[in-house]
Parts: sequence; structure tokens; C-alpha cells
Amino acid sequence: MRRGIGFWTGLSFTLLISAFLILPIFASVIAGVTANQFVGLSSGLTTRWILDVWANYGGTVLLSLQIAFATLAITLLLGVPAAYVLARHAGVTARLIEEALVMPVAVPGLATALGLILAYGAVGGLRSSWYFILVGHVVFCLPFMMRAVLAVLLAIDLNRLEEAARACGASWAQRFFGVVLPNIRGGILAGSLMVVTLSLGEFNMTLLLHTPFTRTLPVGLADAYTALRTEMASAYTLIFFALIVPLLSAMQWVVGRMDQQGRSR
Amino acid sequence: MSIAISLRSCGKTWAGGARGLLPIDMDITAGETLVLLGPSGCGKTTLLRLIAGLEVPDAGGQVLFDGKDVTRLPIERRNVGMVFQSYALFPNMDVTGNIGYGLRVRGFAKNEVQNRVAEMLEMMQLTEFRNRSIDALSGGQRQRVALARAIAPRPQVLLLDEPLSALDARLREQLRQEIDTLLRALGITAIYVTHDQSEAMALGDRICVMDAGRIAQMGSGRDLYHHPANAFVADFIGDANKYVTQTGEVILRPEELSLRPDPNAAFMITRVTFLGPVLRVMVRHPDGQELRADVADDVTLQPGMRVEVSVGGASLMKADPPALD
Repeated sequence: MRRGIGFWTGLSFTLLISAFLILPIFASVIAGVTANQFVGLSSGLTTRWILDVWANYGGTVLLSLQIAFATLAITLLLGVPAAYVLARHAGVTARLIEEALVMPVAVPGLATALGLILAYGAVGGLRSSWYFILVGHVVFCLPFMMRAVLAVLLAIDLNRLEEAARACGASWAQRFFGVVLPNIRGGILAGSLMVVTLSLGEFNMTLLLHTPFTRTLPVGLADAYTALRTEMASAYTLIFFALIVPLLSAMQWVVGRMDQQGRSR
Repeated sequence: MSIAISLRSCGKTWAGGARGLLPIDMDITAGETLVLLGPSGCGKTTLLRLIAGLEVPDAGGQVLFDGKDVTRLPIERRNVGMVFQSYALFPNMDVTGNIGYGLRVRGFAKNEVQNRVAEMLEMMQLTEFRNRSIDALSGGQRQRVALARAIAPRPQVLLLDEPLSALDARLREQLRQEIDTLLRALGITAIYVTHDQSEAMALGDRICVMDAGRIAQMGSGRDLYHHPANAFVADFIGDANKYVTQTGEVILRPEELSLRPDPNAAFMITRVTFLGPVLRVMVRHPDGQELRADVADDVTLQPGMRVEVSVGGASLMKADPPALD
């Protein structure tokens, strides 16, 4: 089968756009392992910058991971039941709350952070602990989790499935864990990937919420960049990728496995 | 195993104040199949959901299972089986998982679950599909799985909410017969909601015709057909002509009418349609009233022809003055 000119034009255009998007990432990755950035690749490859970054900023990577997973845990515990309650109620209030879930996209992170500082900045030792950043990330990420889960809940005729489970004699706990949760697994996964990614990369809010002792990965990255250490910043980015790509893939794989198992159970 | 169900002044008013169901009294005998028949919005599904325990009747209403008040008992504790119009199968489980669900949540032993599921699979001719996912089933197979899931725990009552309306006509007919056989074999008290009168006739020991939240009439299919309580029932069960004579309105079944060509008769044929088993003839009286008659095929009947219309041998027009040509 011969392909027409339209196909080739389309393919070229797609590749061009992809290259445009991927090129900076490649450039950054290469810069992170180039011995002398001003000389270029001919200066040879090195792991020095990566080791330097780990020595100076290793703590920020671990703190970011810690915050990301704590955020995930809290958004799961709050967001999934909240979405479930919203999906079960057909009233105006529920729809208003649903609409309000778009807000975090509209309100700049800086503004939210400022609000948090003004409201809770003086509460005990909260301001200086990493919990303060956690609070910010939960505020920011919760709606994303809820929207992802709600979208699936609304697509699966939840009420009918629950009624069917009730007719079979299932108690609330039996149907929530046996019927509702397994059928919204896709939404929970999508929400989880979103939350982990957003939390790991969150900069706007964290810039205001952090202290010198609670720096996260993106804040450290900005620090490295403003210190004009682009090779450090690049190596830092490399670490970020090395972290997040396997992490997200692993989460997807785990849920894929769970889907295959226990269909007869 | 099967139980009698009684409703005592069960009404349902919705949150907005709309009356879904006016207070109804009803007695359903143990082992009987009762069909709730009516147009959409007549309250038949609401009534079914009250019996199921998915809705609570307005204050004062009572639902009794074998004389025991279950009004406040939620569906999960009423030991009923229910089949939904949209099947409502669990997409996260395969055929076996769905059929066994009611047994598992009731805490049956694993081998007991397996035995009962195997029994159900065989009864519903689903054995070869036992490990299929729900997405990989046809509509008819899904409805069989839904039925099997409902009856696997051996409920006291089987409730069916328009179970066949999502299927095409041929399949509907086939499954209707299967359900009929199944209900007879189980001897279970069954309540079946439908808007399809032929389904109601085929399945119901008794039919309850509903209209605007009320019971219009309750009785056997024969009762409803031959002695409809009002024009609504007559119209809903089979075809009916409403005809106003000097003495009042009468309801005439199209197949009760016979036609005899007579150039001096009042009625004129306006349309003739050959339907196969019958010839459908529309006739019009000079006063504008139209009647539909289903008669044996007769090529001599043509539009424009004058005919005398008779019911059971007696001319419909004998009380009327002679028609003018």
C-alpha cells in the first residue's frame, strides 16, 4: 500500500513537534554527564556532577519522595471517599463542589501558599516542619485525585452496581471494597500518578512554604540553577528522571497485575 | 422457600413533593408470578423497589413478607433476588465471580459456592462461558448471568425490573420462555415489571395494570382482556376501539368486529392493510368516528366500499337511523 503525501507531511510534522519537545530534555541529560559543558561532548563523559548533586542535594530528593508519598497517602484516604460521596449525591451542592474542584488550576500556587502562611504560619512548629509543605501539596493535589476518581465513578453507573450488590446481600463494606473500589481502580491509578508527579515537581507553592531545612527537589534545582551551576542543575534533572520514570512505570505495572488477578474472586 | 407478600397502604412521595405512588394495598400469593404492567412513569418500578427494599414507603405504609413487617429492612437483609434492566453485572468479576457473589458475601463455604455456581452455570447453559469477562458476553448471555446471580443464593422472592427490554425482539421471545420455565421450575414468588403487554400475558399468573401511580386493574390476562375495568386497561391490554353509541361509550376489540358489504350501510372502508394473519380494515362512520376491524383475509374488501359492522353477529348500527348516501 502506498501512502499519500498527507501521511508523510503528517508524520514529519509530528516528529518535528516531538523533537522540539524532547530536545531540551536530551540537552539537559547530556549536559549533566558532560565533563566540560563549554567544550561539549568532546571533553568526555563524567558522573562527577551526579555525585556532586547527590552529596549536596541528596536530602532534597529524599524529602521530595517522602512528601510525594505522604501526599499520595492522604489524597487517597480523603479523595477517594470524597469522590464516592459526591458521585452518590445528585444534588446541587454536590455539583457545586464538583465545579469548585477546578479551582486549583485557576488559583496561582503562590497565592495559595501565601494564604497558608498567613493562616497557619504561626501555628506551633508547623512553619518550620516539612508537614507545612505536605499541607500545601495535599491542598494542591487533592482535587486532581478527586476529579480522576469522580470521572470513573460517574462513568460506571455506580448506583446500579451498588444496588445489585445490595440485592446480593452485600453490606456497605463488602460492596465498597468488593465492587466499588475494584471498578474505579483505573481512576485511582490515574489520580495517583497525577498526584505523585505533581507533588514531586511542585515548585510555585513550595518555594514559599519551604525553609532552608525543608528544601524539596524542585527548590534545590532552582537553587542550583540560580547559582549558575547549569551542569549541576542538569545532573539534578537527570536524577529526577531516573527517579520518576521507573516510579510511575512501577505503579502502572502493579495495578495492571492486580487487574489480571482475582477476577473470579 | 417462596413467601407471600402483602403491601398495606404503600405510597411513595418524592422529595420534590411529586407522588410516585398513591397508597396501594396488594396481596401476592406465595409462588405466584405477578407482572406489574404500565407505561413509563406509572409507578410500577417504584412499587417493585418498595417491595425490594430499595425504597421506603411513605409513613403508614407497610411491606409484609409472610406476615412479617420488613418495611424498615434494607434490601441486603430481605433475602430477595433482583434482576435489573441494565444487567448491572460487576465488570471486575468474570461470569463465575458474578454468579457466586451473593453466596460469597453471605459467607458460604468455598466448595459450596463452587457447587452452586456450577449448578447455575449448567442450568443457564453458561458453562462454556464461565471464565469469560462480562465485556465478552452478548446481551442475552449477560441477562442469563444476571438471572443466575439473582437466584444462586436461593432467595425468597425474585424481582425483575424490565429484564428483557434491552434485547432485540427475537432474543426477547426466547429469553421470555426461558424465564417462564425457570419461574415454574423454581416455584418462587416473582414480581416482574414490564411495559410490554405480550410479555405480561406470557409470564404473569396475574397482571397488575398500573396508571399514574394507581392500580388500574389486577387480574389474570383473560380477565383484563375480556373484562377491562376501564378504557386505559382496554387500550393497554391488546388493541381497543372506543366507540360512542347513543347509550354510551363501548370498548370493542378489533377481532370481535365483522364486516358485511352493504351499499346502504353507514360505515365506509377508508383503508385496508394486509398483515398476514389478519386483514386490518379501517372503517369510518359519517359522524367521523373510526373503527379498526381485524378480519380474515378478503380481497373483495376495498377502500370506498360501504360495509355493515357487527359485533358477535349483532349489527352495531341497529339502534342508529339509516345512513344517508
